Amino acid sequence: MAEPLLEIRGLKTHFTTEDGIVQAVDGVDISIARGETLGVVGESGCGKTVTALSVLKLIAMPPGRIVAGQILYQGRDLAPLSTAEMDRIRAKDIAMVFQEPMTSLNPVYTIGEQIAEVLRRHEGLSRKAALERTIEMLRLVQIPNPDKRVHDYPHQFSGGMRQRVMIAMALSCSPKLLIADEPTTALDVTIQAQILELLQEMKSRFGMAIMLITHAMGVVAETAQRVVVMYAGKVIEEAPVEALFADPKHPYTQGLIRSIPRIDTAATRKARLEAIPGVVPSLLKPPPGCRFAARCKHAMPRCRDAVPPLLDVGGVLAAPCVLYQPEMAA
Amino acid sequence: MVEPQRAARQFSPWLDAWRRFRRHRLAVASAVILVAMILSILFAPLVWKVAINDIDFTARMQTPSWQHPFGTDDLGQDLLARMLYGGRISLAVGLSAMVVALTVGTIIGAVAGMSRRWVGPALMWLTDLFLSLPALPLLLLVIYLFRDALKAAFGPEGGVFVMIVVVIGGLRWMPVARLVRAQFLSLREKEFVEAARALGASKVRQVVRHILPNALGPVIVAATIDVAAAIIAESTLSFLGLGFPPDIPTWGRILYDAKDYLDIAPHWALFPGAAIFLTVLSINFIGDGLRDALDPRRVM
Amino acid sequence: MTVMGRYLLRRLLIAIPSLLGISVVLFTVLALAPGDPFGELATNPSIPPEVRMALREKFGIDDPVAIRYVRWITAMLQGDWGFSFASRINVDTLILQRLPATLFVIGSAQVLALMIAIPVGVYAATRPYSLFDQISSTLAFVGFSLPTFFTGLLLILIFSVQLDWLPFVYRADIDAAGWRWYWEHFRQAVMPITVLGLFLGASMTRYVRSAVLDVIRLDYVTTARAKGLGERVVIVKHVVRNALIPVVTLVALQMPAIFGGAIVTEQIFRIPGIGSLLISAILANDTPVIMAVTFVFACLVVFFNLIADVLYGWLDPRITLA
Repeated sequence: MAEPLLEIRGLKTHFTTEDGIVQAVDGVDISIARGETLGVVGESGCGKTVTALSVLKLIAMPPGRIVAGQILYQGRDLAPLSTAEMDRIRAKDIAMVFQEPMTSLNPVYTIGEQIAEVLRRHEGLSRKAALERTIEMLRLVQIPNPDKRVHDYPHQFSGGMRQRVMIAMALSCSPKLLIADEPTTALDVTIQAQILELLQEMKSRFGMAIMLITHAMGVVAETAQRVVVMYAGKVIEEAPVEALFADPKHPYTQGLIRSIPRIDTAATRKARLEAIPGVVPSLLKPPPGCRFAARCKHAMPRCRDAVPPLLDVGGVLAAPCVLYQPEMAA
Repeated sequence: MVEPQRAARQFSPWLDAWRRFRRHRLAVASAVILVAMILSILFAPLVWKVAINDIDFTARMQTPSWQHPFGTDDLGQDLLARMLYGGRISLAVGLSAMVVALTVGTIIGAVAGMSRRWVGPALMWLTDLFLSLPALPLLLLVIYLFRDALKAAFGPEGGVFVMIVVVIGGLRWMPVARLVRAQFLSLREKEFVEAARALGASKVRQVVRHILPNALGPVIVAATIDVAAAIIAESTLSFLGLGFPPDIPTWGRILYDAKDYLDIAPHWALFPGAAIFLTVLSINFIGDGLRDALDPRRVM
Repeated sequence: MTVMGRYLLRRLLIAIPSLLGISVVLFTVLALAPGDPFGELATNPSIPPEVRMALREKFGIDDPVAIRYVRWITAMLQGDWGFSFASRINVDTLILQRLPATLFVIGSAQVLALMIAIPVGVYAATRPYSLFDQISSTLAFVGFSLPTFFTGLLLILIFSVQLDWLPFVYRADIDAAGWRWYWEHFRQAVMPITVLGLFLGASMTRYVRSAVLDVIRLDYVTTARAKGLGERVVIVKHVVRNALIPVVTLVALQMPAIFGGAIVTEQIFRIPGIGSLLISAILANDTPVIMAVTFVFACLVVFFNLIADVLYGWLDPRITLA
């Protein structure tokens, strides 16, 4: 098997707060192959954004710290690198698109300047060349009148347009991996579809891998090839997208998929929307053992003691759950 | 970023604020120093019974000694006694001016915040206007014009006291008004106020019971700063020779008298100057501590 | 007209009512004052009767208030500011003579303040709660808690009395030539500018720190970091540029207070500016000068607010290109 583009091994990112240490990401393994779209799903607070930010070392380092783990990009560990060394990788090899297009662009510079500065910094282009490339990128992301709009300020664009600008900015140096952190969450539904489509187009053009973080299962179903499910700072399931939806293994994933409202069943069966009872555990003092145990209907006493490792189940890496390792339940 | 869930524990906003205040070491130290100063200003005259205007030409401009712990001025008057007296005036002026500023500011801010028609913007325009007034020149102007009349009405000290307090307070209500209005605007649409309204609470009741308590935090901080500003304003006026009558030894006045004798009697100027500095510094630190306690903005 | 031009015009149109409003307040104070502020008129023998009559007419002592106001404000706006009792020259000449010294001291002090506040504030904000931050914060508190009159006296005590390095009397006319003239000017200006500059700089440092801290946690700074631009570029190009916007507003809002500080420094260092003019006019009961100087202060405040508006519009494209 070819070497994965990005391999995160045992990543632990903790935050020191006045109430104690928050173990936001606690032993996460994720790998992305070249040109692959990996969906990372989970509810708010599960650690998916922190994982993404850890890859690019964008975590505020005084309260946050990468406590353990390796982040192997093309075989090279990024975890011990300084921010200056990371700067050479950011935008050029690994780029990121953020959730809030309304606040993610600097209001006092034109969008042209903000895209051009990446090009000038990483590809050493002259002002003129950078401007031309910028206009090209804007055209690629389907901003109308790019040669005029390149001199406009962010507040002169709508949310969807700004997100396109962000994508253009991220892809300007043809990175090999694009991390998209909830790129459509803050947008209207119709715009969401457009942006997802744009991402697919860009992918087929540039061939980059995408790490798509979202809490919407529908987005994942549409765009991802493989999916990683996170819960309370840990990965609890990993599977190709069809397998995940067809036969989810971990009780949490099952709960997630069952809680998606479905038009066909709603029309025929008068069933209540299934929700997962309970709340996410505190990451300050996470419970020992399986973190989902408190809400799991299959929970056994064993569950609160220890968690089995992510296992191969039927040829697919899957859930760390006692259900699949009966020897542990004994 | 991840939000840590609060473990169940005693949660009282005031207790929390006190805990946060305690962590600001300079603020706590300042509070101790300020309380010590206030206590000595209030009670030391009961022990140190030297008069403030005991003229003694044989003891002119003496440096600190057992007889005169702070030394004497050019008329042989005891500086410690004069400083204690001046301290009382500074305190009185500071607190009174703060009360004036707070009252006027809260009323105007509340009215502006609760009004829905033209009253609000009109009051805000007035606030901006007052903010553009040059404070010290205006203060000097008022003193110049009204000094005699007020002296006639309230007596020399009382008149000047009233004038200084009213004018200083009258020029410092604007930040309070803005704060209060901002709080009102953001809180009056909040659910709990709507709930009160739905239960039939009158406007006044809404204001007093529901909105004001929430606006208290930043207002308390502003009030603290106001005391410091008032003390500085009064000292500045006295230093310019235009404050209280010359025989009243406010700290600024002592400095005014001392400034021409810097070379031969530096202690005369250093004591009042240091006193003003320490008082204002302590108040400022306390204000900072209060801001951390009541209006915490976490950096990390 | 360009967008900036239109914005300028709008701000100007707002400035005018402000100026009028302030003048109304000033005039009201004068009108409410009991007694005859022109009592001097009657007793001062050096004022010729025609001047006295003209003044009484101009201030229309016996007319209703509104008319007196209109007369006064038209006179003020036309530059007819009356005649000084004490100095026996026209008030406008007097003020024009003294204004440059004040503007020089205030301007230099403001420049000094910014030169201290911006680097220190930005650096402290990028390393919050570090040793540098704590020390600079404490020094800032000390700085703005020390009243300017006390610092001024201290500096005079040290540098003029003890060390005799610097003169403490300001002379506008120095009889020296070339470099020596500049050097003498510098020597006498350095203390008042330092006093005022450090005082302003102290409060401004905290404000800059606070403004930078506000900006540094915004999303677009994370975006800038994610673009691999390098921390220095991120701070200087993205953070500071945005943080300067509220700082400009602060400088303008501080104007009314700065004049207070200028009055005190001019008194201590005997600088012949309009601040010390105000004090001596009060001591001499010279009402036309007092009114005119207060009016000038008010105009300066409005003027600098306008400049701040312009700067603000230039710095923040959202304002002019809404």
